[in-house]
Amino acid sequence: MTEEIRIGVFICHCGINIGGVVDVPAVVDYASTLKHVVHAERNLYTCSSEGLEAIKSAIKEHNLNRVVVASCTPRTHESLFRATCKEAGLNPYLFEFVNIRDQCSWVHMHEPESATEKAKDLVRMGVAKAARLEPLEELTSDVIPTAVVIGAGISGMTAALSLARSGFSVHLIEKEREPGGLLRNLYKLYPTDELAAEFLEQRIRAVNAHERITLHLSSTVKEVEGYVGKFKVILDEAGVEQAIDAGVIIVATGAKEFEPVGLYEYDGEKVITQLQLEEKLKKSDLNWAAIKTVVMIQCVGARGEVVGYCSKICCMNAIKNAKLIKETHPEVNVFIAHNELQAYGEEYELYYRAAKKAGVRFLRFPLEQRPKVRKSEGKLIVDVFHERLNLDIPIEADLVVLSVPLVQNPDALHLSKLLKVPLGQDKFFFEAHVKLRPVDFATDGIFLCGTAHGPKDIGESIAQGYAAASRATIPLAKGYVRSEPIISSVNEELCVGCGICESVCPYGAIEVVEVDEDKKRARVTSVKCKGCGTCGSSCVKRAIKMYHFSDDQLIAQERAAVTTEVR
Amino acid sequence: MQAAFDLAEAGIKVCLVEKTLSIGGRMAQLDKTFPTNDCAICILAPKMMDCYRHENIEVLTFSEVISVEGEVGLFNVKILRRPRFIEEELCNGCGDCARVCPMGILNRFDMDLRVRSGAYIPFLQAVPLIYALDREKCMRCGLCKVVCGKDAIRYDQKPELVERTVGAIIVATGFDPLDPSDITEYGYGTYDNVLTALEYERLICAAGPTGGHVVRKDGKEVKRIAWIQCVGARDTRDNRPYCCSVCCMHATKEAILTREHYPEVETFILYTDLRCFGKGFQEYVNRAKDDYGVVYIRGKPGEIREKENGNLELFYSPYSDKVEILEVDMVVLCTALIPSEGVETLAKVLGIELDEYNFFKLRDPYNPTETTREGIFVAGYCQAPRDIPECIAHGSAAASRAMEVVLGGSDDRRD
Repeated sequence: MTEEIRIGVFICHCGINIGGVVDVPAVVDYASTLKHVVHAERNLYTCSSEGLEAIKSAIKEHNLNRVVVASCTPRTHESLFRATCKEAGLNPYLFEFVNIRDQCSWVHMHEPESATEKAKDLVRMGVAKAARLEPLEELTSDVIPTAVVIGAGISGMTAALSLARSGFSVHLIEKEREPGGLLRNLYKLYPTDELAAEFLEQRIRAVNAHERITLHLSSTVKEVEGYVGKFKVILDEAGVEQAIDAGVIIVATGAKEFEPVGLYEYDGEKVITQLQLEEKLKKSDLNWAAIKTVVMIQCVGARGEVVGYCSKICCMNAIKNAKLIKETHPEVNVFIAHNELQAYGEEYELYYRAAKKAGVRFLRFPLEQRPKVRKSEGKLIVDVFHERLNLDIPIEADLVVLSVPLVQNPDALHLSKLLKVPLGQDKFFFEAHVKLRPVDFATDGIFLCGTAHGPKDIGESIAQGYAAASRATIPLAKGYVRSEPIISSVNEELCVGCGICESVCPYGAIEVVEVDEDKKRARVTSVKCKGCGTCGSSCVKRAIKMYHFSDDQLIAQERAAVTTEVR
Repeated sequence: MQAAFDLAEAGIKVCLVEKTLSIGGRMAQLDKTFPTNDCAICILAPKMMDCYRHENIEVLTFSEVISVEGEVGLFNVKILRRPRFIEEELCNGCGDCARVCPMGILNRFDMDLRVRSGAYIPFLQAVPLIYALDREKCMRCGLCKVVCGKDAIRYDQKPELVERTVGAIIVATGFDPLDPSDITEYGYGTYDNVLTALEYERLICAAGPTGGHVVRKDGKEVKRIAWIQCVGARDTRDNRPYCCSVCCMHATKEAILTREHYPEVETFILYTDLRCFGKGFQEYVNRAKDDYGVVYIRGKPGEIREKENGNLELFYSPYSDKVEILEVDMVVLCTALIPSEGVETLAKVLGIELDEYNFFKLRDPYNPTETTREGIFVAGYCQAPRDIPECIAHGSAAASRAMEVVLGGSDDRRD
């Protein structure tokens, strides 16, 4: 670069946040002695409109070609200052942030002198890096206005309908021969007690009727290529291969009921699961004349027995079925043996009370002493430990219903590999952030909803279906995706194609390709790259350059930590 | 904020109306969040900034919707902007006015545990960073006007009425914690060392009034703390039979944080049913028990009595017929979380219905964002108890419905 480097430094008081600890004027004086620095000033709040104006006018007045702001934290303010540089005609990537609040004045609030020295060090390091910054251009790419939704259960259908109503084409992919998912196995729904089949029928009709939804039944995903805006999904639709181009993908593959083989004398006849019970209730396939007592056992295989988690919906499901039995056959004794009863929220607590009123008996067992099912003289006995009495209560049961957890579908692992999105410890799909991004994946353009994310009831699955639709609508409605240019790039002269970078990239953004015969090189898909730097730090050949965090920039910054470049 | 942000990102203009001085809501008051123990304000503040700075979002704080006319696709909304007595465009948030103001007023944000001045922002990370004058308590000394370098003080500022035309409306008014003073058996308001969970949250927060130190009013070190669940909730006395869904985990988190800060402090959680149903919650409770030694006791105290030294005796009956006594030196009440003050008025203004417990009513229980009026959607705790990730999903869900209205047009709005 032949152009003279002219750096402007802006030190923020942040009210008293920085100014109350760090001697800001001293830092300004110091900054103005540094090499390449042609202007240094302080602002009460650099982020205020006044402060931003000061940056813009200084860029013009002093012909600055690099800007350094020393203030709060880049997490909240870097984009603002970049935008300000851009408004003044400076490439926004010629801006460098120095954190002297979160990482200096706040943590050293009782040592003002040391904090001031540290602020000087940090500013010197920032200036050293800034001198070596390069202008970068943002990348944009078009978005195909089509969505792929994998799984036509209640959450997938909800997401598909919402996207279609917002004006986008949707390909809804279902591996079974019919849509509906888990709901197809249910008899009635809580808390309204309406028939699941009727409820589902309305939704399926809406899906079938919508001109922008294409339903692919008996279809599985074979391959997925591409990135946000430009995915190619290869389907096997009833034996025929099909390719779909789409801008976004929603994973709504649902879950399945755990099969309690070898637990609690499970036999599928007298000891059955809740879903098997619903099937029998639906078909009126129970001989009530021979059933005097029904015992339901909660947490079978869950909360530490087989899987670690609580499956959330089983308590309410058991209460629903118990209440239904009690309402239609009041003479039958219905017991629910439970540990912690998950009748959370508004409606469920009321529903639970209604079940008690209907005569359902609740027995609480400690988790350490779960019920035991045994056969004695041809009879089924359930022993439920009673804490207050400190003994097992034997209940003779004609039907035992096991409330088992929802577990991940076995083919989810394969799909997670195809999409390069993670599964959690509980085997459910793992969202980008447990608290703040419940329906996003870390990979742009791929979203998540329903029980594929973890056990949840119908209302919550529907809410997540809509939520995923909202998140997916963003790139579709925009029509383009813009990505920061802070990404990695491979120097093919140095690269030997070892593939370490590919194996460590969390976003599937770098892969080894054959460039010539017998010659393999790593290639970066820019739109997918998040600039995390994992590939760069793992490259043994130093063939990967991280833009904005290049070796020479970082080394200059580190060197400045211990040496001083003055004018 | 999530609903506004999704809509704005999809290219739709949003007017975000907030009653208080800052966006952010209740989450801003929390120290950490379960089950990851993420610092609440650290993950929230960037979202607040993203919302405030978004080119498609107009943020109107200290404002309330006072009338709505029209119908889905074209609502006319009147919004009352209450005066801050400081010119929003001029204030740069320097805080000079706050430093000179001689008034001392309890700060609601800190659950009245800290004194703020009469010129204030509710908390350090407030967005927007614009001060307001508390004119009700003001003694008219005029110092703020003298000191303000931006000449932004406006003692005569009047409420302002603004109008906006919108296609859809989303209601996301959240919750208030129940004031447990009426639950006399627990002595809140009478006994010094009985706090609410949100008060405790401010105490243990490093940015809170005590810098994160858990201290009693008498300055005594705390050795044993008990949390009581379902205070005023799952309780038919006040017609509040519902479960608030988050308190079991909230108490678990506060107990874990306590044990992290003070490994020697003993922590007890007295509960009715432990509701740990969400993703990662059971594992979090297991960690509380196994790694942090939090003691869970099943049994809700019938009464608390204060001893002369300020300690508290909890009378409860777990699995025996005899009454047990637990002595602790601080009690934290996990009170019911109830729909925010003012929802009745808002429901009238919007022409939508509330249910028996003042949550916004759904037209169809399986359509979780649909209020009783077309084009008005609901998100978050104000519809029914739910935790943060569920509120966020619900916010996005409401946004999706609003997108259908704005992007999809009228022929395709409903199924």
